[in-house]
Amino acid sequence: MQQITAPDISYLAIAPILIVLGFACVGVLVEAFAARERRWGLQVAISAAALILSGGFLAYFLSSNDAAGGPTGRTGVTTLAGMVTVDKPALFLWGTLLALGLLALLLLADRTVGGDLRTEVFPLFLFALGGMLVFCAANNLLTMFVALEVLSLPLYLMCGLARKRRLISQEAAVKYFLLGAFASAFFLYGLALLYGYAGSVKLADIATAAVGTDRSDTLLFAGLGLLTVGLLFKGSVGPFHTWTPDVYQGAPTPVTAFMAACTKVAAFGGILRVLTVAFQSTQWEWRGVLWGVAIVSMAIGAIFGLTQTDVKRMIAYSSVAHAGFLLVGAIAMDADGLSSTLFYLLTYGFTTIAAFGVVGLVRGGGGEVSTLSQWAGLAKRSPMLAWVFTFLLLALAGIPMTSGFIGKFLVFSAALRDGMAPLVVVALVFSAVAAFFYLRVVVLMHFREPVEDGPTVSVPGVFTTVAIALGVFVTLLLGVVPGFVLTWASSGGFLS
Amino acid sequence: MGTALLIALLLLPLAGGVVVALLRGDDRVAKLVAITVALAELVLAVLAWLSYVPGAARIQFAGSVGWISRIGVHLSFGVDGIALAMIGVIALLVPVVIGAGWADKVPEGRTVSGMLSLILVQQSLMVAVFAATDVFVFYVLFEIMLVPMYFLIGGYGGARRQYAAVKFFLYSFFGGLIMLASVIGCYALAADRTGGGSFDWATLVAVTKEAPLSTQVWLFFGFFLAFAIKAPLVPLHTWLPDAAEQAPIGVAVILVGVLDKVGTFGFLRYCLPMFPDASRTLAPLVIVLGVLGVLYGSLLATGQRDLKRFIAYVSIAHFGFIAIGIFAFTSQAQVGAVTYMVNHSLATGMLILVIGMVIARGGSTSIADYGGMAKLTPLLAGMFLVAGLSTLSLPGTNSFISEFLVLLGSYPTQPVAAVFATIGMILAALYVLWLYQRIMQGPVRGAALIPSEPADAAPARTRIVDLSGREVAVLAPMVALIVLLGVYPKPVLDVVTPSVAATLTSVGAADPVVAQEGK
Repeated sequence: MQQITAPDISYLAIAPILIVLGFACVGVLVEAFAARERRWGLQVAISAAALILSGGFLAYFLSSNDAAGGPTGRTGVTTLAGMVTVDKPALFLWGTLLALGLLALLLLADRTVGGDLRTEVFPLFLFALGGMLVFCAANNLLTMFVALEVLSLPLYLMCGLARKRRLISQEAAVKYFLLGAFASAFFLYGLALLYGYAGSVKLADIATAAVGTDRSDTLLFAGLGLLTVGLLFKGSVGPFHTWTPDVYQGAPTPVTAFMAACTKVAAFGGILRVLTVAFQSTQWEWRGVLWGVAIVSMAIGAIFGLTQTDVKRMIAYSSVAHAGFLLVGAIAMDADGLSSTLFYLLTYGFTTIAAFGVVGLVRGGGGEVSTLSQWAGLAKRSPMLAWVFTFLLLALAGIPMTSGFIGKFLVFSAALRDGMAPLVVVALVFSAVAAFFYLRVVVLMHFREPVEDGPTVSVPGVFTTVAIALGVFVTLLLGVVPGFVLTWASSGGFLS
Repeated sequence: MGTALLIALLLLPLAGGVVVALLRGDDRVAKLVAITVALAELVLAVLAWLSYVPGAARIQFAGSVGWISRIGVHLSFGVDGIALAMIGVIALLVPVVIGAGWADKVPEGRTVSGMLSLILVQQSLMVAVFAATDVFVFYVLFEIMLVPMYFLIGGYGGARRQYAAVKFFLYSFFGGLIMLASVIGCYALAADRTGGGSFDWATLVAVTKEAPLSTQVWLFFGFFLAFAIKAPLVPLHTWLPDAAEQAPIGVAVILVGVLDKVGTFGFLRYCLPMFPDASRTLAPLVIVLGVLGVLYGSLLATGQRDLKRFIAYVSIAHFGFIAIGIFAFTSQAQVGAVTYMVNHSLATGMLILVIGMVIARGGSTSIADYGGMAKLTPLLAGMFLVAGLSTLSLPGTNSFISEFLVLLGSYPTQPVAAVFATIGMILAALYVLWLYQRIMQGPVRGAALIPSEPADAAPARTRIVDLSGREVAVLAPMVALIVLLGVYPKPVLDVVTPSVAATLTSVGAADPVVAQEGK
């Protein structure tokens, strides 16, 4: 009988994952045993504690990791028998996820405007976040698949949690679930084919197998293709984006904020790792396809975004366009491409959460009003809100002095230096097209007369105010002095 | 000293804009603060003009601090003679514009302080865009500059202002993004050649001018497209008539007088020195566009029925002239083009203001609604004539010298273009004088001056009054400069000539023919 040896576990390195998932379990227990009226406060406290504690351990690990390896620091730690790699990109992504998670939590926890959610949302939120953390660091396709499910299933549920707009919310949940299940199946199928090709599900082994063998390329590329479809689906990259508008529109707005920002970070973290670690050597074979995908995604996002009549759907299409821009950086496949994509993810997340925070404040008789025509003349009723949203839209459009511009600039310059000049020009053209629909909203808010019995703007609670303020502040800060975050983002590459 | 002066020039209007924005409640105080700031900026600009040493270092008053060190971006500023001339024009036009709009009403729901604040912020950004010597910073300012202008047109303009504002923004933003591709391309080139990435203008010039022609052509095209949209060259001009028609008068002055000059300034500062081979190769193309602009703009100006669109087409014709002068690659033509950038701002700026005063009295922008106005407002008619004569480049006015230099200088290298451009001069006399005749001469007529009911004719007459003391005070400095620079252009020529010579040297153009003829 084969001896089973316990794998070596670096508990410190994976402490953020353990804390988030552990607190999620505590949240489930609270849900079961605490009295109804005390649950809300308890759950918010538990979630916040989980994020902060987890962030603290992350910072501690980072400093001890840096101290251990001399002036530049160790590149990272592979632990749990090679299942999880905590390297510099993973740490950056974790930091991003925890920071964005905290912002999203602030939106979720504010009962003064919405009151649309129940307390179940908090443990689900922590489980999803835990799955995302694992997903970014998974060094093994099987672990990655499990993480994918751990992050997806709670998200499906969270989409359906709205109490006031129950039908559209549940419709969104079902759509997301069905399409997500297909995407997972694609991922799993790809995984199986890759296992057939390489005889291993470890990313590094696949990379080794792909270099200098006479095995059938069909298995490799079919596997890669199916796997990528699963990943691109999560990142809402066109043409695998079809769920995005419906789900963004239907889900409760704080959940949409969380999903839009964090899922994108996790998905692109996974895409970056898989492509870089496992498929770097075959990049010339598949890069052309992803060029096409990036162009299609930018085109779909920019062009369909023009015709939207709902703010949330418009931001959804904007996210599809942004996914295309991110993919441009992700396939640059060098240090610049990696650091610029990481930076872009961070900035996009903050801007998007703040934008959804603002969307959640505009309300009418039956809850949120996200129909664009109702937003006409909002600047007259609530100038502050209109200016904040204008700033966020300009950031999404990539106007200088916002983080959106720096992100775009870095991604495009990485791509250009990697010889993808035509793709960069296409991306810039679609940036200009996308700018039109952001401007349309600015025109609507500032230059139109308000509609009769239009929506009112709720006075935001403390939590929402803080979340929006933080999002706006970071958007501005990283537009003006992006240097320090850029240094973190480019402190090291993937560890295979 | 010079650097401190430049920093003050950059920051003063910005600070003023913030202060004015806070004075929401009190329009009068807001106006007073705004005009004080604008006049202080003018004093600073005069000081800068005096302490600038023509012929010394190419970029003077230079200062630089690190910004994004990882990609080699520095906040670097400095001026050459061309930039200084444009900064001087901005500093002159902004107080004039504020003075001219003193009594104007803003659309319902808007505040005067909001508009003045945006104008001052716009001024700060425009000074900065001319003073930037880091290409990244230039790009950033080039795009940000659109935002206050967008709100000025969209918030305070005419009936179709939303359409005009969005069109203006999208055109320029699109051009800017294409330029961004070129900026990144230059950066990548510099990073490959020198090892470390930099956006410093002088560093990039040293790298890109050695690049192979094919590379240069691509990079040139990115910059050129952005500047050709901004300056508007035909066929990229269609945003300007809408923007100029819908913008409030003062904003139209700033838009046509200064903002569009960023385009022609960009040709001189970026296209020519950075891509000399491409510039020489593609010069015929630009010259053709310039000639097209001159003829097309002149013809459409002749046929216009709307006063504000008329100005837009006049400007398109003049920008064609400037482009011809820049790309003829002789020192006379280029000096002519640069002084034209200044003189066009004065002449057209004044013409817009005068037309604004006509519109303020008649309440209509249609040319057909006016006639014989000189009988009611002789002073206004006189001012109109001065602005018009300067616009058609009558000898003795400032524009004549520029236009003459452009034609004289471009004839040796581009004779056909020079001949066609001369037709533009003739058309200019036609459209200006015909407009003057229709609006000012003959018996009093037109719906704007005489309401349809004859019974109300008498009170309506008294409605049309001549220029007030404020309006005369606003126009007087413009008239003075138009005449002064017409007979004594040396102050402007002295400042711009060395910078033009440096630009021509960097593009590798010698003008032996002209030099011999000159002797």
